[in-house]
Amino acid sequence: MRRTWGTIALHAALVVGALLTLTPLAWMVSASLMPTGEASSFPPPFLPRHVTFEHYIELFTRLNLSRGFLNSAVVAVGSTLIAVLTNGMAGYAFAKLRFRGRERVFQLLLAALVIPAQVGMLPLFLLLKSMGLVNTLWGVMIPGLASVFGIFLVRQYALAVPDDLLDAARLDGASELQIFWSVVMPVIRPILVTLAAFNFLSMWNDFLWPLIVLSDDSKFTLPVALASLVGEHVQDTELMMAGSVLTVLPVLLVFLVLQRVYTRGVLMGSLKG
Amino acid sequence: MSAPWRSAQARAAWLFVAPALLLIGVFFVVPVVGGLVLSLTDFDLYAIGDPSVARVVGLRNYHQVLTDAEFWNALRNTLYFVLAGGPLSVGLSLGAALLVNARRARFPGLFRVLFFTPVVTTLVAVAIVWRYLYHPRYGLIDHALGWLGLHPIDWLGDPHWAMPALILLSAWKNFGYNMLIFVAGLQSIPEDLYDAARLDGASAWQRFVYVTLPSLQPTLLFVGVLTVIGQFQLFAEPYVMTQGGPLRSTVSIVLLMYEQGFRWWRIGLAAAIAFVLFALMLGATLVQLRLQREERR
Repeated sequence: MRRTWGTIALHAALVVGALLTLTPLAWMVSASLMPTGEASSFPPPFLPRHVTFEHYIELFTRLNLSRGFLNSAVVAVGSTLIAVLTNGMAGYAFAKLRFRGRERVFQLLLAALVIPAQVGMLPLFLLLKSMGLVNTLWGVMIPGLASVFGIFLVRQYALAVPDDLLDAARLDGASELQIFWSVVMPVIRPILVTLAAFNFLSMWNDFLWPLIVLSDDSKFTLPVALASLVGEHVQDTELMMAGSVLTVLPVLLVFLVLQRVYTRGVLMGSLKG
Repeated sequence: MSAPWRSAQARAAWLFVAPALLLIGVFFVVPVVGGLVLSLTDFDLYAIGDPSVARVVGLRNYHQVLTDAEFWNALRNTLYFVLAGGPLSVGLSLGAALLVNARRARFPGLFRVLFFTPVVTTLVAVAIVWRYLYHPRYGLIDHALGWLGLHPIDWLGDPHWAMPALILLSAWKNFGYNMLIFVAGLQSIPEDLYDAARLDGASAWQRFVYVTLPSLQPTLLFVGVLTVIGQFQLFAEPYVMTQGGPLRSTVSIVLLMYEQGFRWWRIGLAAAIAFVLFALMLGATLVQLRLQREERR
């Protein structure tokens, strides 16, 4: 009898917890479909009386949020493609290729992990300004093009690549680049996908750095565009919710598709502790 | 392996690590060192046009930061966020992990994904959502308080409630991440330990206190360090929800750095704030490592 009650209480807690977790997101979607003003009526309604897509249309036509969408996509996809290549090559080399100073350089990289990004932001801004990269999408992407965390992830995974496999390819006369491309890449592909998912999500969601680098609204990424929109349209609850849905939707989709891959990254990242 | 192979391998290795090291070196290491230099100068708006007008002023920026009431206010707010929000967030994570990992729980995978969902959402977007949820008249949160017979709270308009409001949002957004790490920690505890405790007649609570918690020590430390480091960097929530108000009650250290550096262009001063933040984060991490070591004794 006590067991049954315990099981019921356990599942009640799980369901209530899940409902509380999802309510803000469900309300965001629901309010984005309400006619203007309905979300600001009393008592606050949870579901729209009539579903309307007018706010989405307004965001794409009059407010030109499609521009922000495009900018965010370019930044997240572009930086991810490059990051997978740079971190993938470096992580593999640190794991499998013998060269002098390998351990020392890797230790130095790990030590850099303790430095928060904010410490370098002001000089990085000045540096990019002198390079003419302020207010460009390249400027937004730069901190995401290579990362210690990414190198670390790939290295941990690549350690398990058998040396015999590489030596056999070397005996066949393959160059190191060929070996990386056609022998190693297929083997470490799972971790590269994890890395890509991590990088995509963090670049898409990033706020402080793009806010610093971008000044021209035609260059804004979605989070920056949204934050500036809320300044002018704070009364338009339904419109702001539609903007929030558009911003969150792509990352939610990526997460749902790559959920297993992504959580592996979280756990591998925690192994170093 | 013969010698020519090895040198070819070393050459290739340097080529492989070069792009990443170059990017990290130029766009991270150089700026960090540059930041230290900047923090010792009076670099400002004029110096952006002509860097030669900047002068070295020694530790004046640090002195100014540490004697500035604005900075102490930001430090107090940030510590409030870390010290109240950290335990809340870690506690929620552990609770959720215990529920999801319970032997009798159905659909553990589904609940894990549901609890994790807020983690991947865009902070700016959900901060805007919560800004409306906190509305004293039209917000769902005060509406729910009304059902419980409580008075509505002017969450973001009352200096006493604005920081708790940010803490709640942040706990909701982040607890799923640490939950995953706790679940992995829980799963690595050998079942024998629980069986032995059961044989000794330990209750569920006693098993939690004497088996689960001690076995989770390394996980707790890792989660604690990671959470505190993340929370010291509080920025987007106050920027989007309160702009640091009301009455500067939610200005965080990073928000202060942003205002000084990128609104007023006091770059030298803002660089000093960044390094003070770095020192605080290092200090907080060392304190946690020390506490853990003492507990082991």
